[in-house]
Amino acid sequence: MTSRVEMAENAKVKADAGSQPSDASLGQTDPTLDVRLQKRLAGQSYEREPKDSVLDVEIRAAPGFTILFGASGAGKTTLLDCIAGLVTPDAGRIAIGDRVLFDRAEQVDLPPAKRRIGYVFQDLALFPHMTAEQNVEYGLAALSRSERRELSAAILKALRIDSLAQRKPRQISGGERQRVALARTLVTNPAVLLLDEPLAALDAPTKARILDDLRAWNQNHGIPILYVTHSREEVFALGERAIVLDGGRILAQGTPHDVLNAPRQEFIAQLAGVENIFDAIVESLHADRGTMTCRLQGRGASVLLETPLVRADVGSPLRVGIRAGDILLAIAPPVGLSARNVIRGRIVALQQHDVIITARVECGVEMQVHLTLAARDALELQPGREVWLVIKTHSCHLMQG
Amino acid sequence: MSIDWQVFWLTLQLAVVVSAILLVLGLPIAYWIAFSRWRWKFLVEAVVALPIVLPPTVLGFYVLVALGPHSPLGRWWIALTGHTLAFTFGGLVIGSILYSLPFAVQPFAASFAGVEHKLISASATLGASPIRTFWRVIAPLSVPGLITGTVLSFAHTMGEFGVVLMVGGNIPGVTRTVSIDIYDQVQASNYAAANQTALLLLVFCFAVLAAVYGLNRKVWAVGPGK
Repeated sequence: MTSRVEMAENAKVKADAGSQPSDASLGQTDPTLDVRLQKRLAGQSYEREPKDSVLDVEIRAAPGFTILFGASGAGKTTLLDCIAGLVTPDAGRIAIGDRVLFDRAEQVDLPPAKRRIGYVFQDLALFPHMTAEQNVEYGLAALSRSERRELSAAILKALRIDSLAQRKPRQISGGERQRVALARTLVTNPAVLLLDEPLAALDAPTKARILDDLRAWNQNHGIPILYVTHSREEVFALGERAIVLDGGRILAQGTPHDVLNAPRQEFIAQLAGVENIFDAIVESLHADRGTMTCRLQGRGASVLLETPLVRADVGSPLRVGIRAGDILLAIAPPVGLSARNVIRGRIVALQQHDVIITARVECGVEMQVHLTLAARDALELQPGREVWLVIKTHSCHLMQG
Repeated sequence: MSIDWQVFWLTLQLAVVVSAILLVLGLPIAYWIAFSRWRWKFLVEAVVALPIVLPPTVLGFYVLVALGPHSPLGRWWIALTGHTLAFTFGGLVIGSILYSLPFAVQPFAASFAGVEHKLISASATLGASPIRTFWRVIAPLSVPGLITGTVLSFAHTMGEFGVVLMVGGNIPGVTRTVSIDIYDQVQASNYAAANQTALLLLVFCFAVLAAVYGLNRKVWAVGPGK
């Protein structure tokens, strides 16, 4: 950014009556976000037990990325809404450094417009009747027209969407819309940035480029960024502090590897409909890739399986569940696959239930595989036939041994 | 032709004034109905919708009483101006505003409530006050509803009869509107004149509605979803 732009930013900070400058005084003011709150989640999910329907968290987010990870319904979005001031917590306190945004006891509750919290929504919420540039300038109402122009031009350039300035949201691609939404929020110079799965719909390279640009931006601004995701891959890709939320409570926090969901008893319920369940031993961990290798305890030769990484030690016992419908079957050694597990075996039996064929395949352990009638006929499958089973890493579900 | 153009002109004036006032008055009422979380809000909604179901004579009767010299409003107006509001053009405007209120407020409120709530949240987190959010986000995205409400209240005022008769009476040049004129001519067995006036009103109303809905369709064509 040019120095003129920085001056304009400072002007904007001064124009915000009552709010404290953040980047103008980095190092003097504590920019850490402190959140301690309770909020009932009642009515948001019918599946949750009453005991789970309270969001009750305490988090501290220093400058840089903090990843909020959890299944849908865990309370992630409600937490962000509370921080932004869109939802009022039942109790607690929210502050950025010593600037209090919400304090139940002190009856402080700043409206969203006064909080200086940047919020990029899951569905972006770009104003459909405005161009990209008008969207970006929307939050700069306190500035003069020329200052607005200058700031928006700078941020559009920094996010590489300056060529789209005059387009409306429906005239640009999904990735470009994400960039406009980011630009619209970043240009207001927020004290904290909340990102609610804004990149969920994007392909990995696009996502990575946007994250790089966001990191570059935050090099200069040094604000806390809360990044919500329900994707394990994203937790590893971002590779920074993570907080795991489940049923409204913090399950774990730390590095992605520290906080990974440990294999849990609850998974048994989810595995009720799983046809293939095996005892296994953790053989090796690949934290960098987010995977690990498990050895299935078979009758004969043992089988190695690459599975998602969970919090477990080498040598510890686990159980692995694989749905019969998640396994592919090939009659020749397949090549060039993205799936990490290709296992050779032999068909023991074929049984027909309605229009589904269940093939029992001996491959060190016995696995059940679901096929269609057409697949059976096309591949001319019969008992004794040599086959290869293909299993994706994330089709392997882990639970406690 | 024996059409009384003064009658037409008066009716048009009334309709324009009433729909213009309703556009201004209807915005805050509709905003409140669309966004208030007050638990008794439904009572206000019911009151606003009353003119749809009430016979115009009932509404007209109460307006007449309210404007008359025995009510506080009527006394205050007389003290202020020296004459009563009943049987004047001003009284007609007040009666017509009440009578056409739901036709403006309901389309307004429906279109405000239809604006995606996330956009309103986004506006707030970007530092905009509720008023700025209304003028920059909610109102522009509600243009079709605003047009519909204004046109409906305009057309409804053009053709009203009962309230006008009760509140305004039948004073040429002051309160005699097209519908009253037609009624008068029929009473006098002057069917040819009644037919001409009625036909003219029919054509005029159709033309206005068709023009506005045609424009409205264009608004939609460049609006959301494309």
